[in-house]
Amino acid sequence: MASETVVIPPAELPEVELYHAKSWITKYVFSQDAKVIAIQYSGTAVLIGLVGLVLSWLMRLQLGFPETFSFIDESEYLQYVTLHGMIMVVYLLTALFLGGFGNYMIPLMVGARDMVFPYANMLSFWIYLLSVLILVASFFVPGGPTGAGWTLYPPQAITSGTPGSDGGIILMLVSLVFFIIGFTMGGLNYAVTVLQARARGMTLMMMPLTVWGIFVATILALFAFPALLVASIMMLFDRILDTSFFIPMIYEMGEVIPREGGSPVLFQHLFWFFGHPEVYIVALPAFGIVSDVISTHARKAIFGYRMMVWAIIAIGGLSFIVWAHHMYVSGMNPYFGFFFATTTLIIAIPTALKLYNWTLTLWKGNIHMTVPMLWCIAFIVTFLNGGVTGLFLGNVSVDVPLSDTMFVVAHFHMVMGVAPIFVIFAAIYHWFPLATGKMLNNAMGQFHFWVTFVGAYLIYFPMHYLGFVGVPRRYYEIGETTFVPPSAADLNAFITIMVLIVGFAQVVFIYNLLTSIFSGKKSEVNPWKATTLEWQTSEFPPGHGNFGDELPVVYRWAYEYGAPENVDDYVPQNIHPDKVARKPIAE
Amino acid sequence: MLMAVVLVLIVVGSVAFHLVSPWWSTPIASNWGSIDTTIDITFWITGVVYVVVLLFMAYCLYRFRYNPQRRSEYQPENHKLELWLSGLTALGVVGLLTPGLIVWNDYITPPDEATEIEVVAKQWEWGFRLPGKDGVLGTTNIRFMNDENPFGINPDDPAGQDDLLIDDDLHLQTDKPIKFLLRAFDVLHNFYVPQFRAKMDMVPGMITYIWLTPNRADTFDILCAELCGIGHSSMRGIVVVENVADYEQWLKEQITFSQSMAGLNKKIKSEVKLVSRIQDKQALFSVHD
Amino acid sequence: MSILSQLREKPWPQSNGATVLKVGPSILRTPTEVGLLFFLASITGLFTLLLISYNGRILLGNDWVPVPDPAILWINTAILIFSSIAFHRARKHAQASKVIGIRKNLLVAGLLTFGFLSGQTIASLQLYELGYYVSNNPANAFFYLLTGIHALHLIGGLFVWMRTQYRVQLGVDLRKIKVSVELCAIYWHYLLVVWLIIFVLLLTT
Repeated sequence: MASETVVIPPAELPEVELYHAKSWITKYVFSQDAKVIAIQYSGTAVLIGLVGLVLSWLMRLQLGFPETFSFIDESEYLQYVTLHGMIMVVYLLTALFLGGFGNYMIPLMVGARDMVFPYANMLSFWIYLLSVLILVASFFVPGGPTGAGWTLYPPQAITSGTPGSDGGIILMLVSLVFFIIGFTMGGLNYAVTVLQARARGMTLMMMPLTVWGIFVATILALFAFPALLVASIMMLFDRILDTSFFIPMIYEMGEVIPREGGSPVLFQHLFWFFGHPEVYIVALPAFGIVSDVISTHARKAIFGYRMMVWAIIAIGGLSFIVWAHHMYVSGMNPYFGFFFATTTLIIAIPTALKLYNWTLTLWKGNIHMTVPMLWCIAFIVTFLNGGVTGLFLGNVSVDVPLSDTMFVVAHFHMVMGVAPIFVIFAAIYHWFPLATGKMLNNAMGQFHFWVTFVGAYLIYFPMHYLGFVGVPRRYYEIGETTFVPPSAADLNAFITIMVLIVGFAQVVFIYNLLTSIFSGKKSEVNPWKATTLEWQTSEFPPGHGNFGDELPVVYRWAYEYGAPENVDDYVPQNIHPDKVARKPIAE
Repeated sequence: MLMAVVLVLIVVGSVAFHLVSPWWSTPIASNWGSIDTTIDITFWITGVVYVVVLLFMAYCLYRFRYNPQRRSEYQPENHKLELWLSGLTALGVVGLLTPGLIVWNDYITPPDEATEIEVVAKQWEWGFRLPGKDGVLGTTNIRFMNDENPFGINPDDPAGQDDLLIDDDLHLQTDKPIKFLLRAFDVLHNFYVPQFRAKMDMVPGMITYIWLTPNRADTFDILCAELCGIGHSSMRGIVVVENVADYEQWLKEQITFSQSMAGLNKKIKSEVKLVSRIQDKQALFSVHD
Repeated sequence: MSILSQLREKPWPQSNGATVLKVGPSILRTPTEVGLLFFLASITGLFTLLLISYNGRILLGNDWVPVPDPAILWINTAILIFSSIAFHRARKHAQASKVIGIRKNLLVAGLLTFGFLSGQTIASLQLYELGYYVSNNPANAFFYLLTGIHALHLIGGLFVWMRTQYRVQLGVDLRKIKVSVELCAIYWHYLLVVWLIIFVLLLTT
């Protein structure tokens, strides 16, 4: 091969002064280092997520064994449903993917020392923590937390027939307002860092897909969360100041409430204008992470990188014009159904392409069945399953019998509960050595994986069929009906038992995390032989400022695996072309 | 290797479960067989994709498992293949969407001969109103609501005087199309009879609708399918579908709005049980305490 | 290079073997400016949705009773325009590195903003005393909601203004002062435009 001359242009932007902590408090508590903030975000998200997990157990105990647990009454059941949903979607998944992985991975993967606005980044976490605390506080006010369902539909969310309509709903809305303010501060950081702080040579198309996923998700969030903010503030007005933005004239508690003209459907439009992009705010980072982990562990370049990027962008754009597919039977103008069904099914095309490309990355790869890889395969299975059932619900007339049944519950748990959580596990097993310098215990990892994967499939696959039977969701108990066969009760009991078994596996996981931090096997540098910059730092694990004295220069894309002319089967992004060992060329 | 086997087991198990599961749609009792057909079409198309992708993946995991002697193939992209796959997917989407939209068009277009029946919902009970002899439902407004006038019928509207008010089981006759006008008084509800397949939210401040033709005589449950507060799961009603003779008989026993306002029927008086919401709630709590 | 051609680029090594090192991020704007632009885009979403809800709500109910617009709103509008002009002049002085000019105009701009906020408060109090309570009519509720959210954004801006003013008084690091003045000016112009749109909407409905 002809010798190459590489000219390294001087950096066009001066290096930003790096913030240096002066005391223990500013280093580990009020820290401005993105890696510390990432751990703080992740820790908080996981803790509140565990609360959400326990709530799901309580819910399942009631559904699996109705009339057994006297401490769960109908209003408490609805509170579990609501808080479980809200915690998992917003306070766990959004915070963990963007606040946790976004903070940790973006500066490392684009070759920056830190986020561009470290102070705002720090504030972002503390405001998020405040919003979590307000949410937790709602458990302790008279009347308890709100039981309006995570969608908080008015009028029901603020009328007296709903649990938590006193203080609970107010705290819920206030907490959301703070979450959005905090998130906006972090979100500006993620977007601008990707655009303005990349290392030399890192063009947009050289970025790993993880960064692409988080970047586009952040932009979605910056445009979607204002809708939730508007809806929350207007509902707070309705609740506290008796306005009628969303509340029409209603007849409640035996008397006419003299409000007029408000529209409950307006709230639903605002909520889902946020709510549907929110699905992709969670999914896009997951798509990105899964692409990188699969490529690394299959030792093969991601198949169709450009299509993967375009698909992320297309999905992001389309996600703003599909929101009303959540509202086919909401009483909105029925002709909207034609438009939204069409856009919804169109979005299936880029999504399907991503899925094909993951499987095609496996084709002719050299696949290591490591624990992170196992989670990725499991993600593909559950995401495919959830995507397929999404085609049922997105297709307006098929949605009619299935909406508001257990089919919907099974669908969204498969696609945006289980699937992203599997990616989070893949990411944790993949990057744990980077963050701690230790390996996670493999035996416990295998146990955790198999129980969780098989268990989750056994929980949610049969649940779809309860939806076909017609069992509605958010029901405290189905009781006596003419259409639900008695065997459905056995299925419900089975699902509950599986839930508890899967729950136990998570305890093993937490135990694995905690013991491995202290006594895990020491990891070698770059244990998975990955190409991306986060593994090429000057210290391992990366220290403050990430890259020592000199920022890396990027010479190639993030997926140089198995290139035939090289001696090694991978070449990191920042290795100078002259230093790459080439195979001798046969004359 | 293990994962490849598990993937095959998942495919086999899922298909088997689908075929032999005792849990499946209830026998249909309305004209919406077309909805069931679209579900079947969706199952076929998506099912094939599901099986093919998972089996392909299982094959890859087995065939290309790690071998230190081997190296993966370096192929960054194959645009032609991607275009083919996009095209095939788009074809599948068209196959799903076409029947979906056709049926939706039927779903939102009630036939002219459909009889209008009003369903009202409030926390946590159902009520029904038939148009009476004149075939026209009287106008309503929440302002008119009180214990004597639980439907909020305009007392000055002549069309409303002969409306039949039903706070017990609803009866319908077979093979006669009905347009249900749906009204909620307090919060969102959803009129849902699983065997009819149709459903629609009831929104305070709005009148929504669905239409259907019941075609099987039987007794069915009415459920509320939109979360409506503490009594959501116990908000049940009953609809009886029967032949013309039985239906006419039932119709005769019902009383009109003007009769009920005049207090002619003591039975109704006692059954218009607009107990205040507080008592209802106390009763609910005491059940579970 | 346009964004579209960047996105069409094949990132993997091409067959000719040459490695062409491309530059990284754009230097046309500083990170703070890009951050501000994203922030403005995000709150544009916020105000757009509020205005859509406003118009939607007028159409939905038949209960809309327009609010009389207090005359003081005209004065407030003028004050905000002058505040924006002062920021513009401060920006010009910053570009010419004239510290005294920056200090004077910045101070005037901030004080005018306080004047605007006081004027808005007076307008609300006047309406309240006339009996236009927030719960009586959605028009009233929207009046308080829109002016309130707009004012909150200005108050947020005032924190940045105060920090800039403090820096100017100390006379430290002209480069940082320039950036802050630039950002304040953009932000105030933006909020002026938002206010004008809200004001027109309040006047016409």
